[in-house]
Amino acid sequence: MTTNVIEQDSHDEHHDEHSHKMTGVKRWLYTTNHKDIGTLYLWFAFIMFLTGGALAMVIRAELFQPGLQLVEPDFFNQLTTVHGLVMVFGAIMPAFTGFANWMLPMMLGAPDMALPRMNNWSFWILPFAFAILLGSFFMESGAPNFGWTFYAPLSTTYSNGSTAFFVFAVHIMGISSIMGAINIVVTIMNMRAPGMTYMKMPLFVWTFFITAYLLIAVMPVLAGVVTMLLTDTYFGTSFFDAAGGGDPVMFQHIFWFFGHPEVYIMILPAFGIVSTIIPAFSRKKLFGYSSMVYATSSIALLSFIVWAHHMFTTGMPLFGELFFMYCTMLIAVPTGVKVFNWVATMWRGSLSFETPMLFSIAFVILFTIGGFSGLMLAMTPVDFQYHDTYFVVAHFHYVLVTGSLFSIYAGAYFWLPKWTGHMYNDSLSKWHFWCSLISVNLLFFPMHFLGLAGMPRRIPDYALQFADFNKWVSIGGFAFGLSQLIFLAVVIKCIRGGEKAPAKPWDGAIGLEWTVASPAPYHTFSTPPPQEDIDNADQHEH
Amino acid sequence: MSTNEDKANIDNATNTNTDTGISISNNNKTVKKLLLVVVAMFGFGFALVPLYDVFCDITGLNGKTNDTAVAYTASSVDESRTVRVQFITRNAKGIPWKFEPVINEIDVHPGEMKLVSFYAKNNASHDIIGQAVPSVSPGLAANYFHKIECFCFTQQPLAAGTDVEMSLQFYVDLELPADIKTLTLSYTLYDITEKSS
Repeated sequence: MTTNVIEQDSHDEHHDEHSHKMTGVKRWLYTTNHKDIGTLYLWFAFIMFLTGGALAMVIRAELFQPGLQLVEPDFFNQLTTVHGLVMVFGAIMPAFTGFANWMLPMMLGAPDMALPRMNNWSFWILPFAFAILLGSFFMESGAPNFGWTFYAPLSTTYSNGSTAFFVFAVHIMGISSIMGAINIVVTIMNMRAPGMTYMKMPLFVWTFFITAYLLIAVMPVLAGVVTMLLTDTYFGTSFFDAAGGGDPVMFQHIFWFFGHPEVYIMILPAFGIVSTIIPAFSRKKLFGYSSMVYATSSIALLSFIVWAHHMFTTGMPLFGELFFMYCTMLIAVPTGVKVFNWVATMWRGSLSFETPMLFSIAFVILFTIGGFSGLMLAMTPVDFQYHDTYFVVAHFHYVLVTGSLFSIYAGAYFWLPKWTGHMYNDSLSKWHFWCSLISVNLLFFPMHFLGLAGMPRRIPDYALQFADFNKWVSIGGFAFGLSQLIFLAVVIKCIRGGEKAPAKPWDGAIGLEWTVASPAPYHTFSTPPPQEDIDNADQHEH
Repeated sequence: MSTNEDKANIDNATNTNTDTGISISNNNKTVKKLLLVVVAMFGFGFALVPLYDVFCDITGLNGKTNDTAVAYTASSVDESRTVRVQFITRNAKGIPWKFEPVINEIDVHPGEMKLVSFYAKNNASHDIIGQAVPSVSPGLAANYFHKIECFCFTQQPLAAGTDVEMSLQFYVDLELPADIKTLTLSYTLYDITEKSS
């Protein structure tokens, strides 16, 4: 690091604004700058999103009509498995880490993330993880075909031979997430500008803080469970093999102990993003800042004691079913607090409907639909009916696509002027929003009906009575997939040019990131911001 | 770039921000604590394995029955109550044995000792070691089903083409909850030739 600094120092004499010395590929390979790494994460996430989306297009094409047209059932299973893994670990999670890298230091008035070199590593191992995972498509065994939840014994005794690739890919993703999370926690604890107390931090920072803790707590459990899977498959252990005294149901307990907090890892940052955007375009302070902090923390804590609601049909005793049912329903309380606060923030505000706000409002409404279907699934007796049907598919796509993904779009539009220095093309962005909104509902809403009517998930063919809805779902799917290319066009246009963005393009926005120029200089807050700026960025109502 | 900024950049690069008093040791301390959590949680994942067994043992969840013989300790036989015990068998993937209960079900009084047998024949052309894994449904009844003698306590080597009748001696506990009127004992037979050799 020291040599780097000296070199950088001597180069600074003939560089001005951009004081980094590397150019081309090396700039990105060797960078320790939080903005560069944030950009890398965001692009990587978007490429993975398009990859996972392409897999989904094949799935929807196969399901366009009953019967087997395009792919073999085994390949269909590979598609659903890898689609899930890529979207969860490759698209949503890295996108949020990208936001964290870009925004946390600027929101905290810090010069960079606390551990810049580890930051570089945590990004650059990710492409290798996904090269292994996606590369298995081209191997003799084929890609993992046991579902993204990789239940034993599907992934052990009945594996197609891809388990090792899968396990190593997940190990690398896990190491990357853990390093990213440690960096976030250390940055928030140690790098806050003087005067930035915990309760003055933007809610965005709070949600990432709590999410990072969740990651640190559960990613090692995931690493543990895939390790057991590996030794069960290849080294003759019997963690999940009843023949050797193990128990396949235990796999589900350990997996969902990771898996349930994982779903909050994918939604809490979304809460942070919309809690930043809704006040900005309502021209009001966020309603109930402190209650938002406590609600987020309670959701995180509760997420550890609800895992078995994924397992109601495994033959749990009545007491267990009741316990997990009530705990799950309890989560609706802090989540309801959040939705209430967002609506209360908009109440009597002077609203304007720029694209980030449109995505945020759509988030609030559609995420709530996903929450309601979650409540329905939480009820043990009806879960026996809904379990493993398209109702579940509809539920988690409402929370992950119209929830997490829409918040990512909202955040991207909100901060694109800060990132690129240009305003995005407004009409094109509106096209992106309206096309996405209509197609995503056409895509996922009928899935509720399919599920209630009994269509199971993860099947390449279905009974004739499901044909009409599936046709509409597929049409919605293709339209949604194409709509995302509009976003790609908006981003590329915005990077290349466009109306010059002022330091603060949104009049209602608060936060330290708006006190620096647009585009954000390569180094920001080398000296901490003045107390006045910190007080102005406070999200509390006064 | 101003001198001031340069200085702060250097400070940042070495993790020493003089303005905020952040030092590299502060970061290291936090990182160490967090790494400890990571290691602990990795261990916790594995600790869940024995914890799960203990938990199932105490609560009788999951239908696991005793895997070693217990002595007959019932003080009396409750003839006012009759419980039906059903036997089912199942072969795991790849074991070509004929494996079935000699009688499919039997009515017992709680506290009454019963002896039943299971028939197994190795239809393969090679010797196979089998292992039967029992499970009781409803799971909550597992703690009230006591096996005094069971072929599942040991491995069953069967030479190619030979057959055997294997015995199970059991009794149902007097404390069996009143709402349980039928017990199903299920055996899954696994080929463990490779694992035991």
